[in-house]
Amino acid sequence: MPADISSSPHTLIRTVILTGNPNSGKTTLFNAFTKLRQKVGNYPGVTVERKTGTLMLANDRVVNVIDLPGMYSLAVRSPDEQLARNVLMGRTSDTPRPDLVICVVDAGNLERNLYLVSQLQDLGLPMIIALNMMDEVERQGREIDAARLSKVLGMPVVPTVASKNKGIEELKQIIAEGVTVSYQRGWRMAPDLEEEVEHLVRLLVQHENMGPHEAFAEALILLSLGAKLKNEEKKAGPSRWFYKEQLIRQISVIQERLRLKGLRARTAAIEARYDWIKSVVRQCVHDKNKQPREDLTDRIDAVVTHKLWGWVFFFGIMALMFYMIFTIATYPMDWIDAGFTTLSDWVTRTMPAGQLRNLIVDGVIAGVGGVVIFLPQILVLFFFISLLQDTGYMARTAFIMDRVMSKVGLHGKSFIPLLSSFACAIPGIMSARTIESPKDRLVTILVAPLMSCSARLPVYTIMIAVLMPAATGMQKAGIMLAMYVTGIVGACLMAWLFKKTLLRSQKPVFIMELPPYRWPSWHAVVIHMWERSRLFLKRAGTIILALSVILWVLMSYPRHEGLRGSEALKASFAGQMGTALEPVIKPLGYDWRIGIGLVGSFAAREVFVSTMSIVFNLGDEAKENSLREAFQAAHWPDGRPLFTPLVCLSLMVFYVFALQCVSTIAIVWRETNSWQWPLFQFVYMAILAYLASLAVYQLGRMMGFS
Amino acid sequence: MSKNNNTVSLSKMLIGQKGHIRDFFVESDDCERIEEMGVTPGEHVEVVRYAPLGDPIEIKIRGYHLSLRKEEAELIQVEVIP
Repeated sequence: MPADISSSPHTLIRTVILTGNPNSGKTTLFNAFTKLRQKVGNYPGVTVERKTGTLMLANDRVVNVIDLPGMYSLAVRSPDEQLARNVLMGRTSDTPRPDLVICVVDAGNLERNLYLVSQLQDLGLPMIIALNMMDEVERQGREIDAARLSKVLGMPVVPTVASKNKGIEELKQIIAEGVTVSYQRGWRMAPDLEEEVEHLVRLLVQHENMGPHEAFAEALILLSLGAKLKNEEKKAGPSRWFYKEQLIRQISVIQERLRLKGLRARTAAIEARYDWIKSVVRQCVHDKNKQPREDLTDRIDAVVTHKLWGWVFFFGIMALMFYMIFTIATYPMDWIDAGFTTLSDWVTRTMPAGQLRNLIVDGVIAGVGGVVIFLPQILVLFFFISLLQDTGYMARTAFIMDRVMSKVGLHGKSFIPLLSSFACAIPGIMSARTIESPKDRLVTILVAPLMSCSARLPVYTIMIAVLMPAATGMQKAGIMLAMYVTGIVGACLMAWLFKKTLLRSQKPVFIMELPPYRWPSWHAVVIHMWERSRLFLKRAGTIILALSVILWVLMSYPRHEGLRGSEALKASFAGQMGTALEPVIKPLGYDWRIGIGLVGSFAAREVFVSTMSIVFNLGDEAKENSLREAFQAAHWPDGRPLFTPLVCLSLMVFYVFALQCVSTIAIVWRETNSWQWPLFQFVYMAILAYLASLAVYQLGRMMGFS
Repeated sequence: MSKNNNTVSLSKMLIGQKGHIRDFFVESDDCERIEEMGVTPGEHVEVVRYAPLGDPIEIKIRGYHLSLRKEEAELIQVEVIP
């Protein structure tokens, strides 16, 4: 049985893979290693996030660090697990085979974390353990004998507290000097089962030219796949390999034999691993004092998952988040606004008058400025979301919300992607990968953009300002909350509908760890905010800049001598499009100018604001009026005000439902690997938006509102 | 172990009750997932709480907290410690 791995320190370590359970502090360690030298992308062909960075060693040596997604198991049920296995085995084209695997283990949760370690051992790679969060072990009143653990596991074990930078130097030293590991599989299944595994390993080595370790790991997967093998063979084998017809037949024979003997391959290995882990833990973990301190996590959970206080806390946090967006975030927003005003004044003064100056001032600066101004709000949102994630409260929201989510056929785990979508649907949709059932994942992706993302904030903010200019921050937050709730209700209805109709499936499994509460690492929160806002700014700098220029062209051409201001605009391409659209959108209470705004923001919602600034400011040399005042002054040709409260509401509701975001469409295309789903999503959301706005406007009028 | 009258499904246990996992009522993919999280036969388990809306259930196993739906908890046989 090939179960012994020896690795000598002769190979220079160039590539290190970080792996570990979720909540083990893996990302903190990655940050400590790479500082800001990080790159976030995607693995080719699949949709799993690819996080890489570089580690600088003392002698200026550079080591590549790959951060795998956190996972509990290397079984190949989810795309994450499949990818992790392939990266570890060096089977992905763009990622070199690792010279060293660092498995981050949560010392306070050693038993379950060692399960992944035992699976990693099967792969036969040079490996070390970062025994993280050693401070928590002490608080639990226990002690881990790291030296003993290292001996039992046959690999170096480095105690660390990544959040306090403890143990990082020791890890770096190991990476610099290389490592010697020599471990053996410590666990055994029933003899009959071992025999069958051995048999299959021989077949794999013979027919598929696999190494002994790879073959053993593969054999376990193949035997635990059971009847599912038939489907898997159509794809690329459980992990990439196309098996020969003959081999598949032989595997089926083995599976049948096991079934007759009543041997359950799928659970036997799990139980054998855990039996071994139990013995490892017994040897290495000792109780220091019999009476550990009362668990803080239990005390917090008693409140935040309480039947009454749990909800108070939950809605309190949500309300606080939105309140912060309207108070704290307004100060830097004013500074950014002032900055862009200064910039456009300066350009106006220094450049000769003409179309180029107009392009820069009215197209570029106004367009980009109108979006960048919302960065502070987005930062606040990402701050809260990463705080919720890092403290462990995010898992509690899934816990208390699961019952609600299951009502619409979703999973408590869908709650996190949907909540993230409040900041931006893109990370939300990307985080839906943690949902194992493909259909549930798809439903979550389809409804995620119904959650009001931060790109709607500019639209909501301006519409609320027009709707009730004199309102207090709390009142504005109330309206805003109502918009969010509208999106949530819409998402629930659509999810329910999808689960009832085109995406029927069994109820999904809901197994989720409730990690202990932890102080967030401010460093990690900052990095997270920085990473996300960079993505946002990149979007603002590229798509939105390009669109601002295109829109400016659409609004400035064709030029008609003698026409000025809104007359010239109405004659432009954009004006013609808006006018053509007017009959369709008039039942919603919109005129051609709002039509231009809708056309302009079909690529990105936040463009509505910059488009409307151009629509209303074009030809306005003085530029004294803010957009709000321009909106309030806008009238229909017959003198009726355009932006009545009902129109403001109808427009906000339209933006709640419509999928006006090219980035989301592109991400959904990638995530679902088809054009069919993003197209379907765009169409269903457009219909929903139209009908909902129509209902708001027409029913409102029937009820006597204006 | 034996004595069947102490064996109930995990979903029927009360808050604070403790026991040992005996087996799964049926074998399925879900069981594999659950077992991989450390819920294996013989292991000590304690019911910590139910979510505010009554479902899912939070258990303590292998020194950590895990939540699962009643539907899944129903699959798990536990021998309750009296």
